[in-house]
Amino acid sequence: MNDAKSLPRGSAAEAAAGLAISARGLVKHFGDVKAVDGIDLEVPRGTIFAILGPNGAGKTTFMRMLATLSRPDRGEASVMGHDLVTEPDAVRAAIAMTGQFASLDEDLTGRENMILLARLWGFRGNRASRRADDLLSAFDLADAAHKQVKDYSGGMRRRLDIAASLIVTPGVLFLDEPTTGLDPKARQGVWRMIRRLAGAGVTILLTTQYLDEADQLAARIAVIDHGRKIAEGTSRELKAATGSGFLNVTVADQARIGDALRLLEETLGAPPHKSAEGGQLSVLANTAGAANGAVGKLLAAGIDLTDYSMGQPSLDDVFFALTGHPAEADETQEAEPS
Amino acid sequence: MSDTNAVLNLGVAERPSPPSAFSNALVFGWRAMLKFKHLPEQLFDLVMTPIMFTLLFTFVFGGALAGSTADYLQFFLPGILVQTVVFNSVYSGMGLSTDLSKGLFDRFRSLPIWSLAPFAGLMVGDVLRHLIAGLIILTIGLILGYRPEAGVAGVVGAFAMLIAIGFGMGWVFIVLGLLIRTPTTVMTVGFSFLFPLVFASNIMVEPATMPGWLRAFVEVNPVSLMTTALRGFMGGGITAAEIGLALIAPVLLTLLLAPLTLWIYLRRE
Repeated sequence: MNDAKSLPRGSAAEAAAGLAISARGLVKHFGDVKAVDGIDLEVPRGTIFAILGPNGAGKTTFMRMLATLSRPDRGEASVMGHDLVTEPDAVRAAIAMTGQFASLDEDLTGRENMILLARLWGFRGNRASRRADDLLSAFDLADAAHKQVKDYSGGMRRRLDIAASLIVTPGVLFLDEPTTGLDPKARQGVWRMIRRLAGAGVTILLTTQYLDEADQLAARIAVIDHGRKIAEGTSRELKAATGSGFLNVTVADQARIGDALRLLEETLGAPPHKSAEGGQLSVLANTAGAANGAVGKLLAAGIDLTDYSMGQPSLDDVFFALTGHPAEADETQEAEPS
Repeated sequence: MSDTNAVLNLGVAERPSPPSAFSNALVFGWRAMLKFKHLPEQLFDLVMTPIMFTLLFTFVFGGALAGSTADYLQFFLPGILVQTVVFNSVYSGMGLSTDLSKGLFDRFRSLPIWSLAPFAGLMVGDVLRHLIAGLIILTIGLILGYRPEAGVAGVVGAFAMLIAIGFGMGWVFIVLGLLIRTPTTVMTVGFSFLFPLVFASNIMVEPATMPGWLRAFVEVNPVSLMTTALRGFMGGGITAAEIGLALIAPVLLTLLLAPLTLWIYLRRE
């Protein structure tokens, strides 16, 4: 699924191709750690593109390179038609990045943070404060405008952080794990905002380790593991590549999960995948008949099920099928610099 | 979130022309002033040590060192101003280290602005801090009976010199702040080389009674040269040579460390 199409080089050609981001063979090593180990990516303008992968997969490093915060060891890339290495200022003028850790001054108020950035972008005097106030009210933060950011909740911080990236409407907005650590309501709010921005024509590249987030938001998804792109496509394509149907069962008695795993593998001939929470198993079952037979065997063996269903694979299944391991943090590569 | 689209249109409609490097630096200076507004307690850190030094040295050692506390204060006060500025530059290094650990600089770095602007802004904040701390110490000195013989002009000259000293020393701690991850380590490292530098100088005592090898060091110690110039400014009789010697360290530090700062900053990952 690697896009190895040989595009003509140069910004004009890329603009014609309608690409917001075009990266070829980007590499970044930190000592022995191959944080990014040769990634190609093409993101069309005006789309939401998700980079999906576990902690330490290299998502953040890859995004930081595209945002000019980290210099690639090898490879080349252009953002909105500007070369990353030779025209960093033009790239910076066309992008905004919201990092994983709130990049705001905690001692200042929300409004002061916004005015500070508006002035840095070149808004003067009243125009800077007007811009700040407009954005604060657009992001439901007008009431908290005069509170110090250290007193903001996680969701408010995140909203302010994204608002701070929109002082000048960017061509490309980079969002590094935009909803990590948010409660479901705040998460929905951020998703709604991201969709609206995309609707207004902003290209959005986001990283996430939440499979449903990529599924919900992104037109295309690149799956990254150990610094390499292991798959790319639409959510539907990725699912189709994994297999047509999946049987999901939830085992009532945790102690019987081992038995259930063995039995499912015997019956269906594919290794089942255990969900992170433990209770749920999913396994490739190509026909409803096969799935039905497997469920029958489980019940016959006295393994009680609280729930079972047949459906499309989740992105979790996709990740498991692609990498052979579930989408979990890889402790050995946790040392990704922030 | 009702009118996000309206806001976006506004942004598209009036994208401002890029500001100059100088105005960017001033914006960062404004940030330093806002910090004062929100964290007035940092002023306490800045002046407590020098106030304590002034009182202790004047009243405990003053009589023994200079014959009378009044004479000693006259000798000591210009020196304590130098010490205040030199020690306080540690705090700006700590502030920078804190900023860097929080990802704030990532945002600054992804803006199309002059790369050194955030540091120039830190310097603006430093200068302000040095002025405020210096004025507080001077006021306390005046209350205790210190009299600058060279009058207002001498004091103004002395403060201009203090700003130059603070500017030069500031680079040392900006570099340390960039290199060291934890703010408290910046403080430890800073003080462990500033303490010998400040004590092995002519701030507290005349070097006449020190052993020869130490005197040789004290005489070329930049802190001594700065103190001599401050005494010249405030007490009268400042010479061009004294000014020149006092400025050697700040000028050298700036010439060496400003480019180094940029180099480290741009290569930080």
